[in-house]
Amino acid sequence: MKLKTSITSIALGVVLAALGVCAFVESPSAAPAPAPASALLINGAGATFPYPIYSKWFDEYHKLHPDMQFNYQSIGSGGGIRQVIAGTVDFGATDGPMTDEQLGQAKTKILHFPTVMGAVVPTYNIPGVNQELNFTPEALAGIFLGKITKWNDPAIANLNKGINLPDTDIIVVHRSDGSGTTYIWVDYLSKVSEEWKSKVGKNTSVNWPVGIGGKGNEGVAGLVKQQPGALGYVELIYAIQNNMPYGKVRNSSGVFVKAGLASVTAAAAGAAKSMPDDFRVSITNAPGKTAYPISSFTWLLVPNKIDDPTKKKAIVDFLHWMLKDGQGLVETLNYAKLPKEVVLKETKAISQVN
Amino acid sequence: MAIIPVTVERARLSRRARRFVQQLRHGDEVAHLITLLAAASIIVVTVMLVYQLYVNCDLPRHKFGLEFFMGRTWDPVSGDFGALPFIYGTLVSSALALLLAVPLGVGAAIFLSELAPPRISNYLTFVIELLAAIPSVIYGVVGIFILVPVLRSVVMPFLKHTLGFLPLFKGPIYGVSMLAGGVVLAVMIVPYIISVSREVLLAVPVEQREAALALGATKWESTWQVVVPFARVGIMASVFLALARALGETMAVTMVIGNDPKISASLFAPAYSIAAVIANEFTEATGNLYLQALIELGLVLFLVTILINGLARLVIIATTQKGAAQG
Repeated sequence: MKLKTSITSIALGVVLAALGVCAFVESPSAAPAPAPASALLINGAGATFPYPIYSKWFDEYHKLHPDMQFNYQSIGSGGGIRQVIAGTVDFGATDGPMTDEQLGQAKTKILHFPTVMGAVVPTYNIPGVNQELNFTPEALAGIFLGKITKWNDPAIANLNKGINLPDTDIIVVHRSDGSGTTYIWVDYLSKVSEEWKSKVGKNTSVNWPVGIGGKGNEGVAGLVKQQPGALGYVELIYAIQNNMPYGKVRNSSGVFVKAGLASVTAAAAGAAKSMPDDFRVSITNAPGKTAYPISSFTWLLVPNKIDDPTKKKAIVDFLHWMLKDGQGLVETLNYAKLPKEVVLKETKAISQVN
Repeated sequence: MAIIPVTVERARLSRRARRFVQQLRHGDEVAHLITLLAAASIIVVTVMLVYQLYVNCDLPRHKFGLEFFMGRTWDPVSGDFGALPFIYGTLVSSALALLLAVPLGVGAAIFLSELAPPRISNYLTFVIELLAAIPSVIYGVVGIFILVPVLRSVVMPFLKHTLGFLPLFKGPIYGVSMLAGGVVLAVMIVPYIISVSREVLLAVPVEQREAALALGATKWESTWQVVVPFARVGIMASVFLALARALGETMAVTMVIGNDPKISASLFAPAYSIAAVIANEFTEATGNLYLQALIELGLVLFLVTILINGLARLVIIATTQKGAAQG
């Protein structure tokens, strides 16, 4: 009796394990969400930052072309890159360009298409100070490296004459979750500070020398609002929508510029002259008097070879529409639109998809 | 000579077959199979989970080996990963939560089962079970907007003023901290302790209480010296259930703990837990080593949980034997 039971259990276990393994193997290519009959479904995944504008675009585009449906999952840039390398989505999206190593892992060539731009702004909470503060790159790097620790440090006070800065600690707040926002911020710090570049470097998360971490823009904003003396960074859109105070930053031409849609577009225009053909470019610390220095593109990732001809046509058509009509929609959602030079260059590059 | 054993065997087989059919008709064998299937599925899921975690963290296992457990750096840029600050944060925040939640939870359970009028007890139990069903992100939001400001402006300055000579209560006050993480966890796990402990206490036979009272014990003496020791194993089980919940809790912890992977003696300093860092960094983890280091952290959390559960079993075995010897 006992023997029989154990044999049954082993047999059952084996069957279950086999079932389980099958399920596990199949799971990455899980069935996509059901589309209305006849509609062509195009799947994409990636960055969360451009999700509001992408979902608006895909919605508008679906109204114009009811036979086409884009399904976009905002799982994060890392996930978008991995899925486009694995070929489990038709397109990906990312806030930081793919590295050469990542491009090498993909079976086909992956093309980058800038879609919109965003910016990251320093936000702060200093009791008794309501004015707009000025920051230099050196001051920001010094604060985030933990070298400038007081608000009335000459490195800050000399930039803000006439503002009575208190003798209190600066409490640095950064993102705790990996994010494109962090990438843009530390990419900028790496460009303006050799010490930051060698000690910390750039990635979607880094080993922060100082500070406390908040989850998401809302986490950083919450900590900054509550913590007297705090300095953090958030996306420009988030700061605008929530009426948060944010400072001007000195750009590479020596002008203090406040982040705004125009100054972000100006940064991209400044960088357009030296734009590489694959669009993998960082536009932080861009040249130009009116350019806001902590700006960045966000990209769509499209394989250059799409086997299904209807899908290929749909994606190519969408890219053209996005560069022409789609750009007209972006400012309503507080994204900065692409400068003319970049639109022209991208329009030519679309022909590489075949 | 050889024929007889064969017929005996055949007879035995047919008898066994008949008995099997009979059992089948009574449903025994069917019930046996279904319940076995249910039990086996749990083991299969666990084994597969560990297997998948193990094979998917190949890179960091080879690169760091056992150093992974002792490393104090977490640097995604240079690809240097160590789990120690996260293990520390997970264990200390959970221990802190237990320290606060066990007296509160067991006390409440004793009141509800032994002392409160039945009607009040039922109402309160309903409320407590509601508490257990609140999503953890809600606890996190309450934590960040109410608990953290109160800790920063009232509790922490008070602790620093009165107990500031202890290393536990030194350093700058940010609000978000190991202490905040522990307190939020404590609030989250108290309902589990109360709910399970109350059931266990209610299950203590009435004769035990009557016997104690008959021997001249007061109500409290009978509760504390007879009923609670009788239910001790069950109460401990409730504590371990709560601990398991605390070790794996993610959302509420990450919102208030400060998310800084450093080991600090002070409860005022920000810290980080294993579950929190996985949730925070997994989506944007670019690069295989980075991603796999996060998966290895998942495996570490699993190991920590197994170790703690194993210790819990030992404690239960040790204490029940002691109880039996005394009895």
